[in-house]
Amino acid sequence: MEERRPDPDQLLQRARDEDERKREGQLKIFFGAAPGVGKTYAMLEAARQKKRQGVEIVVGLVETHGRKETEALLEGLEIIPRRNVEYRGTALKEFDLDMALRRTPPIILVDELAHTNAPGSRHKKRWQDIYELLGAGISVYTTVNVQHLESLNDVVAQITQISVRETIPDFLLERADEIELIDLPPDDLLQRMKEGKVYLPEQAAAAIKNFFRKGNLIALRELALRRTADRVDEQMQDYRQDKGISDIWPAGERIMVCIGSNPRSIRLIHAARRLAAVLRTEWIAVHVEAPSQVHPSEQDLRQLADHMRLAESLGAEAVTLSGQKMSEEIITYARSRNVSKIIIGKPTHARWKDKLFGSPLDEIVRGSGDIDVYVISGDIAEPHAHAGSSSRPRSWRKREFAWSIFTVAGCTGIARIMFPYFERLDVAMIYLLGVVLISSRTSKWPALFTTIMSVAAFDFFFVPPFYTFAVSDARYFITFLVMFLVSFVISRLTLRVRQQAEAARFRERRTAALYSMSRELVRERSTERLSEIAIRHMSEIFGSQVAMLVADEGGRLVQTGKGDAVFTLDQQELSVAQWVFEHRQAAGLGTDTLPGAKAIYLPLVASSGAVGVAGVLPKNVGDGFEPEQFHYLEAFANQTAIAIERSFLGAAAQRALLKAETESLRNTLLSSISHDLRTPLAAITGAATTLLENDAAIDTVGRLDLLQTVREEADHLNRIIKNVLDMTRLESGAIQVNKEWQALEEVIGAAVNRLGDRLNDHPLTVKLPGNLPLIPFDSLLMEQVLVNLFDNAIKYTPTGTPLELSASESFYTVTVELADRGPGIPSGEEEHIFDKFVRGRGTGGGVGLGLAICRTIIAAHGGKIWVENRAGGGAVFRFTLSTAGLPPAQQKEEEEITGL
Amino acid sequence: MPEDKELILLIEDEPQMRRFLRITLQTQGYRLVEAATAQEGLMQATTRNPDIVLLDLGLPDMDGLEVTKRLREWAQTPIIVISAREQEQDKVKALDAGADDYLTKPFNAGELLARIRVALRHAARQITEQNEPVFTLRNLRVDLALRQVFVDDKEVHFTPIEYKLLMVLVRHAGKVITHSQLLKEVWGPAHVNEVQYLRVYMTQLRHKLENDPARPRFLINEPGIGYRLKYDPEG
Repeated sequence: MEERRPDPDQLLQRARDEDERKREGQLKIFFGAAPGVGKTYAMLEAARQKKRQGVEIVVGLVETHGRKETEALLEGLEIIPRRNVEYRGTALKEFDLDMALRRTPPIILVDELAHTNAPGSRHKKRWQDIYELLGAGISVYTTVNVQHLESLNDVVAQITQISVRETIPDFLLERADEIELIDLPPDDLLQRMKEGKVYLPEQAAAAIKNFFRKGNLIALRELALRRTADRVDEQMQDYRQDKGISDIWPAGERIMVCIGSNPRSIRLIHAARRLAAVLRTEWIAVHVEAPSQVHPSEQDLRQLADHMRLAESLGAEAVTLSGQKMSEEIITYARSRNVSKIIIGKPTHARWKDKLFGSPLDEIVRGSGDIDVYVISGDIAEPHAHAGSSSRPRSWRKREFAWSIFTVAGCTGIARIMFPYFERLDVAMIYLLGVVLISSRTSKWPALFTTIMSVAAFDFFFVPPFYTFAVSDARYFITFLVMFLVSFVISRLTLRVRQQAEAARFRERRTAALYSMSRELVRERSTERLSEIAIRHMSEIFGSQVAMLVADEGGRLVQTGKGDAVFTLDQQELSVAQWVFEHRQAAGLGTDTLPGAKAIYLPLVASSGAVGVAGVLPKNVGDGFEPEQFHYLEAFANQTAIAIERSFLGAAAQRALLKAETESLRNTLLSSISHDLRTPLAAITGAATTLLENDAAIDTVGRLDLLQTVREEADHLNRIIKNVLDMTRLESGAIQVNKEWQALEEVIGAAVNRLGDRLNDHPLTVKLPGNLPLIPFDSLLMEQVLVNLFDNAIKYTPTGTPLELSASESFYTVTVELADRGPGIPSGEEEHIFDKFVRGRGTGGGVGLGLAICRTIIAAHGGKIWVENRAGGGAVFRFTLSTAGLPPAQQKEEEEITGL
Repeated sequence: MPEDKELILLIEDEPQMRRFLRITLQTQGYRLVEAATAQEGLMQATTRNPDIVLLDLGLPDMDGLEVTKRLREWAQTPIIVISAREQEQDKVKALDAGADDYLTKPFNAGELLARIRVALRHAARQITEQNEPVFTLRNLRVDLALRQVFVDDKEVHFTPIEYKLLMVLVRHAGKVITHSQLLKEVWGPAHVNEVQYLRVYMTQLRHKLENDPARPRFLINEPGIGYRLKYDPEG
């Protein structure tokens, strides 16, 4: 058979998972069918074995229940002392997670994975503690019984009639690197029990006795064996996948389970998870938000959210759909996601409902086509309709009833006026109008009330004998019935349309808020501003105070954003935020982790990892967040995280760009100046060696000549280095433009002074108007501009040609120009010569930075510099400086004659 | 070579610079003490009591500014700061802390020797407290007793502030004076940051003293640092 190549994506994912695993600790689970099979014993044995191999082993927590053999095994092992927890007057001893984390042993033993921690502990469940240990790179040995597995929980309850409350999510079993099944035949276990070797808590002795019936034990053993076999099978599948032996499942096939708020949904979820595990497919838990569920009770919402979370924790993708018709939504979605099997609950409602309104189950089955539909005992995901407006205030409802009475009275009035001219049935239409009106404004009960009232009023006022409820003709009963039914159906339909619109509006509002926040976030770049935007939106929508903590470069959380909507974190809250940041898991108020915190903290996780933490503090201290709000909070946090990450990436890109530019400048500089530096150096070296070696042979004139060369070339070198340094510093922004109001002549004087003898060969005339104002500029930089321009002129114009420096002012702009009588600038080069590393022709010159420096400095002053050819030959360099603004006030001194 | 010429303390960490300065200074007949570190320099200053200190700002063990401050705690010995740094702020700080003058590397020997002479002359005058009644520099003559200023033998009239400013420059002739030193001496300590006062009066002064204010011969502007009255009696 042809060997298949493994899917590279899957292999990559596996490699990534394994990488992640390597950094995390290894999890070994000692798995048993029932208490007393010897899990703890086996675990300790294994630990001792490891210890003999020289591995450091620490006991985090082991329950010996006073069994001698077990206690004996503990001897010689390091034990972490337990933490004392005081709860309602009882002293509890709990596993000390912090101590274990500080101790950081390679392997730690923590018994009873399914244990629930005492209130006030960091995590609700011990498995969460263990998860944290694994995350810290500590390997864990632990024990668990089959009845604690979430997905088998209901099966165990069915078999044993005892429902186990302490459960662990199934993914832990999948996370385990090793599972050791501790198997003991039921007869041996019962024997051990008789011998008193099995620990039984006293208070539940009767129930436990029931549990340890042989039938139960056999069933549990079978479950444990099967679960382990499943697990082995999974490993086998993984192996096959690695080796590319065969395809594993049809690509993209999925199982879908329909759930609702009904508690029976839990069984559906477990069933789906088992099926998915066996078939090794992905699975989706779907809930359809039907219009009549627009106002579900709070309890329903919470239950539904719990179910969705349960499904998620069991590895499902939880999806909420909304639509008019549940069956259609389910089928459409199932097809879009390539679902091959739908699991749905058996209906529990009365049959007539199906006859009257149609059966969703029937519709799904009919519409399913090639999708298999499994109907399992449990509730169909039917909306668990509660009294629609139960959450509304009572006074509101009173007003609604008042409105319906008023409307019926109004309809009666209009009908009375119309009655003499119209048929009786036309009059009935007026009442229908009233029903529509009320249905579109109020809720279910007032609408029904209006319907009944309308029929009654019609009877009373318009059906003979008038002004009695008595009816002369029995045929009118048919009229009443039809009128009632029509009204009723109209009111139901109107209500439904309205509620759907309301639901859409409600979602839209949240979505709009989210959208408007993300739109604002897009425009900002700084983390500070991003945090402020997120804080403003989140505090508005959730009516809470918000804290944004963003990780700095060192990975420390720093609070950003200020204002009324921000709360400050104390040390304890900060540690919660830190935990959230490190574990990328929500914690705090209303969650399973650190529920004692005042606020809820959500990690800001983006593609590159956690970038920070958002804390939300409800207005009324201690108020939790509803599951739905929590989901929205998560959405807001995600948006913020992405925006903050973007700002981080932007800053990093900016730095990289700057670095690249500096790098390229440096490279150009190096290649460019290496040649230019070598020329004067060669001259200096040459002159110096000649002087050293042939001292006696050289006459005085020759010696002076050589020394003059050394000096000039050294000057030349110095100028090159200064230009290179200036350019680098200007470009890197290391030089600040320090503008001060000052006279131009002063800086001209300084420049001329600095050039000294070098100007001797070029007669210079300086023409400045007497009324030239003070100009704001940086004297050092301006001196550099002038020196460079002079340098340039000296370098490129023939000896003896004159230079003219002049300035003029108009419209708050001073133009300074330096004119020469040199060869001028070749046409087309006027712009180019101000670029970096551009040198004039002929002369040895410098690095080609002088004019580039001038342009950079002038640009930094807000002016411009350019060159033109002069009439009569030569070039003229001009630059402008703005004099806009007010020079500092100068007190005028009275003119006073010096002398006595 | 006369043996009684002034003793110069050279604090400089680079051997090549020390060699160049040693040859230059000893050729001129100065006696020389060398120190490669600030610590050593400070010790030599206390034990040898030099007439002038040449101080490099970029020493390995201590900031040159700090050395200036410590020396000034107990000695008025003239200090000339030598600096390779382009940062004007460092020089200004050293000058404000009490250094007398500065030189930026690279400099030529002539410049160095001129600065040393100016510094020594000022030190000598301080010791003898003698004030010559008339200050003359080429075509400029200032009669200190009569408070009269002549350019080309023509009297030029000054406002009190202009005169005061000129007096400070004359008193420190040849040495650089920082903006804040000038402001402090002329306008008082409250005005040390108002450089624009100084700029305006320096411009006025220049127009009264110089033939070509854009190519001054007396009042030299040292951008970013201060002003210097160019003093070259020999040249």
